[in-house]
Amino acid sequence: MTDLAEATRHAFELLISGDADLWRIIAISFEVSGAAILIATPPAILTAFLLAYGRFPGRRLLISLFSTLLSVPAVVVGLTLYLLLSNAGPLGDWRLLFTQKAMILGQIVLAFPILVAMGHAALQSVDKRAWETARTLGASPARAFWTLLRESRFGLLAALLAAYGRIIAEVGASMMLGGNILGYTRNIPTAIALETSKGEFAQGIALGAILLLLAFTLNGLLHHVQGRGMARS
Amino acid sequence: MSSSFGQARVPWKRRLLLFLLWLLPWALAAAPAPDRPVVRLATTTSTDNSGLLRAILPAFEQASGYRVHVIAVGTGKALRMGRDGDVDLVLVHAREAEETFVAEGFGERRFQVMHNDFVLVGPPDDPARVADAPTVDEALARIARARTPFVSRGDDSGTHKKERALWRDAGIQPQGAWYLEAGQGMGRVLQMAGELGAYTLSDRGTWLAMKERLPLRLLFAGDPRLFNPYGVIAVNPKRHPNVNHSGALALIRWLIGPEGQERIGAFTLEGQPLFTPDADPAQLEALR
Repeated sequence: MTDLAEATRHAFELLISGDADLWRIIAISFEVSGAAILIATPPAILTAFLLAYGRFPGRRLLISLFSTLLSVPAVVVGLTLYLLLSNAGPLGDWRLLFTQKAMILGQIVLAFPILVAMGHAALQSVDKRAWETARTLGASPARAFWTLLRESRFGLLAALLAAYGRIIAEVGASMMLGGNILGYTRNIPTAIALETSKGEFAQGIALGAILLLLAFTLNGLLHHVQGRGMARS
Repeated sequence: MSSSFGQARVPWKRRLLLFLLWLLPWALAAAPAPDRPVVRLATTTSTDNSGLLRAILPAFEQASGYRVHVIAVGTGKALRMGRDGDVDLVLVHAREAEETFVAEGFGERRFQVMHNDFVLVGPPDDPARVADAPTVDEALARIARARTPFVSRGDDSGTHKKERALWRDAGIQPQGAWYLEAGQGMGRVLQMAGELGAYTLSDRGTWLAMKERLPLRLLFAGDPRLFNPYGVIAVNPKRHPNVNHSGALALIRWLIGPEGQERIGAFTLEGQPLFTPDADPAQLEALR
């Protein structure tokens, strides 16, 4: 059995040598998760805004609901969507199962509660008067909303990064919905699962290293941004 | 950064930018859409993890213009995908389950493609002494009697079904602390057996692909009951009209035709052939 040091060394060789399969897997990860986060963010932030500033019955229930959804395992999201998208399921006619679109859908469902819960917290923390002042000064609701987004941009960015971090590292839903098809729906986490099951630890470590590198970059970015946010206030 | 923009002009420009960013994923998602018609093949981990399909399918894709999406799962799940019409054809190894699949009308017809065999592997010192057992029944009985750990796939895969049938035929009801149901794929089960110093039943392909990395030894093989035939079945278009039936038939024709058969036979792993092609030419004739 190869030891950890050996596997790690081989991993970096693979990365540097530009192993085509490996880089294709990495590209798919970023395409799919990038698309998911870009689609999920606008409606999620709007929902967070309505929860923070709207006055309607069931608001508190919705807030609890979104916080609860944070703990739903990815496999459950995957299984639910699988049953919906299966040819034998109600949305089977869409023929989405085992496509990148199905993976994107799964990741949207996973990212949405994080964006709403954290976005809600960020928007809520803005001084309520910012909204009222903007409105009093004659700003349109859209303009006032924009002001609010600007005021809470650090918190919103944190929400974005947290959601992205979850979906790019998520294996359960992607495996079920994408089917782990080489060159199409095999992303970093499903490839790690596969390589590990085959005992190809070097490939697994190489992919794990990329995820770690990405997480590190995201966190660095987050801290940088939050640091600026703090210095500003 | 934003200082170069006039305050008043910022919002609509930003909004436009956000809108464009929002559009981007749709463009991305639409771009890789069917450049070539896709055939979806659900198959077992043994054919995919061994590298066989990656070695032979590009030739089919080139010749036919189809693109094959391979979804590698256990045989039980592959047949389930076929039953639900989520794939266009299945390539599996569980004779009885395949025949049920066809008899119930989910699949059209089973075509024999190739075979290899199952092997019993275990710790090199062979504490249960299965290596000199005369039959597979006796080999399993020795493991049960010695109560040495045995890792079962436990995942309703073709190998798992075979293993259950072998225990049944040997008249043994495997249970107890020594019988471990892993619920995982072949590769992971071999690793577990290696770590635990346990016995397990493996298809020869996965075993050959992984044996260099395992502290295990091939201990028993060659009993005719360890024969492991693979069949390919197109999903019945009468059940699921939206499957790619012509694509499935094209792939079947290729697999059981001369080129596919030759390539299957020529595929080796570390110098050893993994599968023996054994399609019936009469079946190919019937497809023409």
